[in-house]
Amino acid sequence: MSAAADARRAGALPVPPGESLLSVRDLRVQFVRRGAAPVTAVDGVSFDVGAGEILGLVGESGCGKSVTSLAVMGLLPRRSSRVSGEVRFAGRDLLTLPQQQLRDLRGRELGMVFQDPMTSLNPVLTLGTQVTEVLRRHEGMGRREARERAADLLRGVGIPDPARRLGEYPHQLSGGMRQRALIAIALACRPRLLIADEPTTALDVTIQAQVLDLLQQLVRESGTAMVLITHDLGVVAGLCDRVDVLYAGRVVESANRRDLFAAPRHRYTQGLLGSVPRTDANGKVPLTPIPGSVRDMLPWADGCAFLPRCHRGDDACRTAGIDLEPRAGADAASTPPHRARCVHPAGLDDAPGPAGAQPAGAHAVARPDGAEVRP
Amino acid sequence: MNAAPSDDAEPLLRVRGLKVHYPIRRGALLQRTVGHVKAVDGVDLDVPRASTYGLVGESGCGKSTFGRAVLRLTEPTAGSVTVAGTDVLALSPAELRRARVSMQMVFQDPLASLDPRQSVEAALVEPQKVHGMPGGPTAWRKRVTELLERVGLPAAAAAKYPHEFSGGQRQRIGIARALVLGPSLIIADEPVSALDVSVQAQVITLLEELQAELGLTYLVIAHDLAVVRHMSRTVGVMYLGGLVEEAATEELYARPLHPYTRALLSAAPVPDPEVEERRERILLQGDLPSPAAPPPGCRFQTRCPWRQPTRCADEPPPLRELTGGHRVACHYAEEIEAGTLRPAASAVA
Repeated sequence: MSAAADARRAGALPVPPGESLLSVRDLRVQFVRRGAAPVTAVDGVSFDVGAGEILGLVGESGCGKSVTSLAVMGLLPRRSSRVSGEVRFAGRDLLTLPQQQLRDLRGRELGMVFQDPMTSLNPVLTLGTQVTEVLRRHEGMGRREARERAADLLRGVGIPDPARRLGEYPHQLSGGMRQRALIAIALACRPRLLIADEPTTALDVTIQAQVLDLLQQLVRESGTAMVLITHDLGVVAGLCDRVDVLYAGRVVESANRRDLFAAPRHRYTQGLLGSVPRTDANGKVPLTPIPGSVRDMLPWADGCAFLPRCHRGDDACRTAGIDLEPRAGADAASTPPHRARCVHPAGLDDAPGPAGAQPAGAHAVARPDGAEVRP
Repeated sequence: MNAAPSDDAEPLLRVRGLKVHYPIRRGALLQRTVGHVKAVDGVDLDVPRASTYGLVGESGCGKSTFGRAVLRLTEPTAGSVTVAGTDVLALSPAELRRARVSMQMVFQDPLASLDPRQSVEAALVEPQKVHGMPGGPTAWRKRVTELLERVGLPAAAAAKYPHEFSGGQRQRIGIARALVLGPSLIIADEPVSALDVSVQAQVITLLEELQAELGLTYLVIAHDLAVVRHMSRTVGVMYLGGLVEEAATEELYARPLHPYTRALLSAAPVPDPEVEERRERILLQGDLPSPAAPPPGCRFQTRCPWRQPTRCADEPPPLRELTGGHRVACHYAEEIEAGTLRPAASAVA
């Protein structure tokens, strides 16, 4: 599938053998401000995404998930941010690529869908102008040809009466329609990599289901590689092949989605799962919230950033350099290996925590299979 | 049906035929009214004392307008609202102000609902002063300290300003502000949707504890089906200004009868790959119709996968009771449940 998708694109660089389409290594982003200490938003993140794969980056606000995506796309302001590491896309390092070449890639081979379609569409240009712009710039299409192709694209994402919609402005469309238009723009040149940053967070559940369905279809049919950034574990469970959980700028757990949901290893992942009520629970399951907020964190240099909120943590966690690695033989044997950055991984080291502390998320693991919701 | 044993007869909140219509005006001078946006179009519901009613629906369904109309933050067009036996809509402005002591609201965005230039203490003392709570400034401040402790904030929080807190802490302040006058009814409009997942659970748990301790009655308005399920004893589903289904929580989630409820539940993602892979989704076509021109007949007919050629288009289905307390506004609820009517094939994925 991936080979076919690649061959279709004339001029697209081949992926070197043994490498993924996108391979991020030790990505680090610091924001600098005069007169203030630099803030590290992303602290050594590595991941790979291959053609036809969906990787989920999960985390709460401030964990660095959006900054990671902006850094990959080269969209961070150069003056106030310092980006280091390596972002290899089809054999080239995007971080060192000249601006002009990067601009040729963005919109053509790299597509991005942002959370809020109202702020990422230009309010004073018609939808037609905004969709055809990409086609004319990257595919060298003429006005009429681009217009026809744009109508096809809108129809493809489920916008009825596309010819009329092309003449309309963003405010004339509903939220779901705007998000679909944005996806149409991102897909206009059939990108090899699509980064979707909370693509459905602003949408209602029924519209969300439509949009997720569309994205999944796209990946399946055209072999696009997708990075899905979200805070919603439900969306991840339904869509992603692999999941990286981010906390305070680092990946704290990385696994395929089955392993992650069946046996979360990091205490943060476990806590997240214990914090979400479910529509299909059997009876009322008490929630087990994580205490505190993301503000209560330790610098990674002093130990695990999650320690102040962790019920299992102890002095063994106050050490720098807790590695992201498999914590059990079975975890190492999984594909890809189920890795966690935790000294006391859940399910492997369940010695009782401080008195009264209920292991967070325990019910999410040993869940009685409740009445599921189906039509 | 779910009332506390002592108050079986009289629900704390009783709403009958509540309507909120906004006129659409045209013209610069004459301001002709050319139509109405029917944000809420005839809603009946009862909330028994010390229980929680969850009102769920998508954006634009009128759920927030409904909550505001119950407290008369938005004036209803028609209907009646009774809180603990008092007809809220008949109150004069002065009486209404006094009545607000017992009915308070928790808003979605605490940063927008707290005055940025008012310290937390000032924000919590002010309502006590305005409503002439007994005891004077010292007692008021003491109450603030107690409340802050109760909602899980340090005493030092009193001297701080809203921007100094995280989202979850701000929502705790919002809850303390709603509680300061000792209300019996709390309307919480999307109380946790602006919060991070881990913090959501904290706030939900806090609201539950407070209810158990103080015997509060909640009307929780939210779009998140899982949150509503977790918090409520009874759930009502709203679509385009009206209730389409209402039942005890367990009953509603186990046996959704209205096509819209079924679609909503099938679309709500569950954090479990096993469930996600097995599930059938009912995909709704298109968007919510404009509440200024709702479709005739059943309000859901334009998107309903079970739509029938008869009745749906011309006869508005009443909210009728099927089994013990399970009410649904659909002509074909029985047939759909029995499986004798099938959804359009294109709607199932």
